[in-house]
Amino acid sequence: MSTQDRHHTLTVLVENRAGVLARVASLFARRGYNIESLAVAPTDDERFSRITIVVDVESAPLDQIVKQLFKLINVVKISELAPSDSVERELLLATVRTNGDDRARVLELLQIFEGKILNVGHAEITVSLEGDPAKVDDFESMLRPYGIVELQRTGRVALPKLDRTL
Amino acid sequence: MQMNGGQALIKSLEMEGVEVIFGLPGGAILPVYDPIIDSPIRHILARHEQGAGHMAEGYAHVTGRPGVAMVTSGPGATNIVTPLADAFMDSIPMVVITGQVGSSSIGTDAFQEVDTVGITRSVTKHNELVTNAQDIPRVIREAFHIATTGRPGPVLVDIPKDIVDPTNPRSAMEWYWPETLDLPGYQPVTTGDPQKIREAAALINESRRPVIYAGGGILKARAAEVLRELAELTGIHVVTTLMARGAFPDSHELALGMPGMHGTYTAITAMQEADLLIALGSRFDDRVTGKLDGFAPDAKIIHVDIDPAEIGKVRRPDVAVVGDCRLVITELVRELRSLLDATPAADRSEWRSRVSGWLERFPLTYEPSEPGELLKPQYVLEQIRDAPSTPPDTIVISGVGQHQMWASQYWRFEHPYTWVNSGGLGTMGFSVPAAVGAKVGMPDRTVWAIDGDGCFQMTAQELVTAAAERIPVKVAILNNAYLGMVRQWQEMFYEERYSEVYLSPDLPDYKMWAEAMGCVGMRVESPEEVPAAIEKANSINDRPVVIDFRTDSREKVFPMVPSGATNTEVVVDPSQQGFAR
Ligand SMILES: Cc1ncc(C[n+]2csc(CCOP(=O)(O)OP(=O)(O)O)c2C)c(N)n1
Ligand SMILES: [Mg+2]
Repeated sequence: MSTQDRHHTLTVLVENRAGVLARVASLFARRGYNIESLAVAPTDDERFSRITIVVDVESAPLDQIVKQLFKLINVVKISELAPSDSVERELLLATVRTNGDDRARVLELLQIFEGKILNVGHAEITVSLEGDPAKVDDFESMLRPYGIVELQRTGRVALPKLDRTL
Repeated sequence: MQMNGGQALIKSLEMEGVEVIFGLPGGAILPVYDPIIDSPIRHILARHEQGAGHMAEGYAHVTGRPGVAMVTSGPGATNIVTPLADAFMDSIPMVVITGQVGSSSIGTDAFQEVDTVGITRSVTKHNELVTNAQDIPRVIREAFHIATTGRPGPVLVDIPKDIVDPTNPRSAMEWYWPETLDLPGYQPVTTGDPQKIREAAALINESRRPVIYAGGGILKARAAEVLRELAELTGIHVVTTLMARGAFPDSHELALGMPGMHGTYTAITAMQEADLLIALGSRFDDRVTGKLDGFAPDAKIIHVDIDPAEIGKVRRPDVAVVGDCRLVITELVRELRSLLDATPAADRSEWRSRVSGWLERFPLTYEPSEPGELLKPQYVLEQIRDAPSTPPDTIVISGVGQHQMWASQYWRFEHPYTWVNSGGLGTMGFSVPAAVGAKVGMPDRTVWAIDGDGCFQMTAQELVTAAAERIPVKVAILNNAYLGMVRQWQEMFYEERYSEVYLSPDLPDYKMWAEAMGCVGMRVESPEEVPAAIEKANSINDRPVVIDFRTDSREKVFPMVPSGATNTEVVVDPSQQGFAR
């Protein structure tokens, strides 16, 4: 299995109540499910939030994870997105060492990947890249040889692909 | 109407029809204890919060109504974690109210502050910290709804002191009772999918070796009657799990008794050889399946459960129906009736004769004691069961250990809700407080707690509660002077190396201890004394009775499927070994 197949994205609509994230997190811990990444955000309806969880389906059958999650009283809806059925995005921020010629090479890389410069120092720059998680992975591995000082990734968010049939 | 939060809490409980609260007060919950004085709700003062929790469970088990317990913050809350976990495992409807430090002190490590909601999150169906007095009626209403619907379970409501304390302005609220509930994420499915029910009926009709595997869900759904209808319509044998004892009468010709690690040979073997298991409100617990790989290898599975997460959790079903057992079985019976009109069921005569062969060759059995030997625990149970003074609808409550297995095996359960025990969690100390709660719920019924000496020492102080409140339960201690179940494992699997299992028969002196707690105490050492002691216990109705039965510590529970073994490797009583299957 490639990592793409092992990872499924769940978008979980939850009631916007105190402790909901803790409930979801402790359910995963208690039942031994692995979380690959997790992102929480408000929705356009203030009663609800959306938690996007990327789960490792090798740690437990996806079906069980979904059913156990759904037993939480504050979980309203769960959509399950296989990688092939969804559009996914992730944001990366990185501060990279750029001594001498490296700066030009990093800027070139940034241009190819369509990233942005956020901050410039004497021997370091901070860049950002938003994109498909696989693209973000590639960018990160290309940056690594230059020396990453600090790195942050948001974890992915996803929505289902739209139906194109008429 | 203006009220304070404490009054609103008690009034909300009244609105829910609560007749009794089991509890113990303390600092944070103090303001709620004041309005109890003016409420028609009875409060039973437990001597330990674990006791209060198990009382609420016992009450819920026998009445089907939610048990209610109320305790203070910190140690009060941590002491009730075990009953919460117990109720969660066995799907017992229960509402627990805990006091909490005042809102402004939360998070400061204040006196008697613990993160109750955090600690109990994984052992409750739901829990909630209430932050405003105005929310109290809504949260209580939701708590009872969640505890009693779908798959029942415990719900905890944590109440900070300031919102119930009349001297604090934050406790002021305007009374209301919510007409409707707003729980967008909670909609249990109760009626089964008709298509799936038709498929189940077809599978049943064509099976040659079917077994009904009835679990605790039958009792939760109050489905014992329709279960019987299903069995009688189809002539299919029924096994009743530890949580379902009483759901099908043991005297019925289709009853095979309990399956699992200490089940009857026939129940274990019939499931193992079946071509169809009809799992109704049961969950393929490891104590039932033994080694999963080898469990019922030829069986197709029909799985009916109200909790979708149980479907396929352990064993993938061929037909799954999510729904309430009573509703689904009723439909299934209807479906089978019309199906049977058109197509007769497959021929099961060979299967029936195999089953009756097992029943005949491998009944439950034990060697009676020789003169001068200590009592056999099975004999004591038979004597209590068969005593003319023991009513047939007696409620039996057990602790956890050998005595529990013998009680489940040797009692003959004829009625639903006559057996109460701690199945999923296996909580030693369950029986005395659960018996107290059961007797409160069913005051006209005889309640016998069958306890172990080890278990008794964990929660016996609740007999003080029983004596003080005039709750006349009867306790039979099967005193084998050991943590007997652990001793049995050490004997069989650790080469008789007994490590930390000896308790002594005389220390404590159970008779004196019982008397000190306001009970009648008796000690019985020889078989001839047994009937008279039981007769006497059954005749006492104004206080609890404790009988210290001195039993043989060498006695082991059989049949037994050793842990990790396949269910084909069932070890029967030594007197039956050597029979071919
Ligand atoms: C609270 C708790 N602690 C430990 C155990 C493990 N355990 C299971 S049965 C048992 C022995 C019970 O002894 P007793 O009450 O005398 O019953 P017996 O087996 O002798 O009938 C023990 C220690 C348990 N189930 N619960
Ligand atoms: Mg014992």
